[in-house]
Amino acid sequence: MSKPREVLLDPLIDNNPIGLQVLGVCSALAVTTQLKTAVVMSLAVFFVLLSSTVVVSLLRKQIPGSVRIITQLTIIASMVMIADQVLKAFVYEVSLQLSVFVGLIITNCILMGRCEAFAMQNGPRLTALDAIGNSGGYALVLVFVAAFRELFGTGRLFGYTILTPVSEGGWYVPNGLMVLAPSAFILIGCFIWVVRAARPDQVEEEFRVGALLEPGYEGDLR
Amino acid sequence: MEHSVRHTVIFTTLLCVVFSVLVSGVSVALRDRQEENRRLDRIKNVLSVAGLMKPGESLSTGEINKRFGERLEPRLVDLSSGLFVDSAEPLAFDQQKAAKDPETSRAAPDNPAKVRRVANQALVFLLKEGERVQGIILPIQGYGLWSTLYGYLALEPDTRTVRGITYYQHGETAGLGGEVDNPRWKALWPGRLALDENFEPALRTKKGGAGSVGEDPYHVDGLSGATITSNGVTNMLRFWLGEDGFARFLAQMRAEREMG
Repeated sequence: MSKPREVLLDPLIDNNPIGLQVLGVCSALAVTTQLKTAVVMSLAVFFVLLSSTVVVSLLRKQIPGSVRIITQLTIIASMVMIADQVLKAFVYEVSLQLSVFVGLIITNCILMGRCEAFAMQNGPRLTALDAIGNSGGYALVLVFVAAFRELFGTGRLFGYTILTPVSEGGWYVPNGLMVLAPSAFILIGCFIWVVRAARPDQVEEEFRVGALLEPGYEGDLR
Repeated sequence: MEHSVRHTVIFTTLLCVVFSVLVSGVSVALRDRQEENRRLDRIKNVLSVAGLMKPGESLSTGEINKRFGERLEPRLVDLSSGLFVDSAEPLAFDQQKAAKDPETSRAAPDNPAKVRRVANQALVFLLKEGERVQGIILPIQGYGLWSTLYGYLALEPDTRTVRGITYYQHGETAGLGGEVDNPRWKALWPGRLALDENFEPALRTKKGGAGSVGEDPYHVDGLSGATITSNGVTNMLRFWLGEDGFARFLAQMRAEREMG
C-alpha cells in the first residue's frame, strides 16, 4: 500500500500524467492558447477526476469485472455532462471558448487511467488524494504551456497586456507559432526534457529495431 | 471479483437509472440560468455593435436589459418580401434552428460564403431614438478558414454606411483569423460604405491595407496572416447584403425613410 503523501505528491513531477505517462495530451494542445481557458479546463478535469474516481472507489466491490470499463465510462460521462452544464450556467463566456473540449474530457485517458489503475484497488480517501495529485499534475503542465503560449503569442497574461505588441503601438512582435497547436508539442517536449534532465530515472531505455533478436537482450518490452 | 449475472444486471440497471436522474436533474435545474446567459450574450453583442457598449466595458444584467429595452427594438423580417412580420416574442426566434427546418427555410444558391440554407425570416434589431430609426442591425454568418463565423453588421438608416461589425462566435485561429474580435480592427469599419450608389454590395476587405474612410470607403484592411478569414468576411457581406439576404428588406427601409 502506498503512503498518502506519495499518492498526493508523486503525480506532480515524478509521475506526471502528461510528462511521464503522456496521457491527456490532446486537450493540452487545444485549450492552452490562453491561461484563462487552461485554468478553467484544469478545474473541470479536477472536478470530474475527483468525483468519478471516488464514486468508482466506493462502488469498487460491487462493480462486476465483466462490465467494469463501461461502468467507469458511464460515471465519467455523467460527471463531464454535469461539469459542462455548470460551466454553461455560471461562466458562460469561458464555456463558449472551451466549446467541445469539456465534453472531450470523457475521452481524456487520465480519467480512465486513474479509475482503472487506482480507484478500482484503493479506498475512497486514498483515491481522492490520487485524483487531486493527478489533476494537479495535469494543471501544472497546462498552466506552464498556456503561460508561455499566451505571453509570447499575444503578449498578454490572463488577458492583461504584459508585452505591448507592435499592432497596439508597442515594441513586441508576437510569435505566431505560439498560438498554433505545434507550439504546445514543443513546449510539452521541453517540459519533459527539463524534468528528465533533473530526474534521470524517468528516462526510458531506448528501443532499437532488432534488439529482440540480439543475444543477451534484457530490456523490457512495451 | 466474480459476480453473478443477476448482480451484473441489477448493478448496471441501477447505475444507469441513478446517473441519468442525476444528469437530467442538474440539466433541468440549470436550464433557466443557461437560457438567460444565452439571451444576455446575444443582447450584449447587439449592444456592442450598436455602439451602446464600449469594448471591455462590463455591465450589470440590469443595465444591459435597461439599455437594450430603451434603445433597441427586435423585429422579425420576412426575407423574400422584405417586410416586417408581427411576432409576440421576436427574441425567441432561433435563426440556426429555423434554417435547419425545411418548413421555415430554403436552400441557398451556391455561394462563396458557404451558406447552405437560409431561414425565411430573420431577427433584426432597430436602433431607435424615440420613434426615429438610427441604425439597422443585421445578423450575418459565413465560412472563414476553419469555421462558420456568426456576427452582426450595423448600418446607418441610409442602409449604405456601416456603423459597426462584431462576431460573437467563430473558431478561427487565435491571433490570426481570430483577430476579427480585435477592437482595433472593428474600429476601422464605421463610416465605410457597404453598398454602392446603386445599392449593390460593394464593401470588401483588402490585402495590404485600405485608405482612410474618406478616400477608400469601399475597402477595409484585411487581417494580416488571415487571408482566407478576410475573404470569408467579404463573402458573407456580399451574401447577406445581396438578393438572397437582406437586399429587399433594406430597400423597404429606404422606401419607408423617404416617405416619412
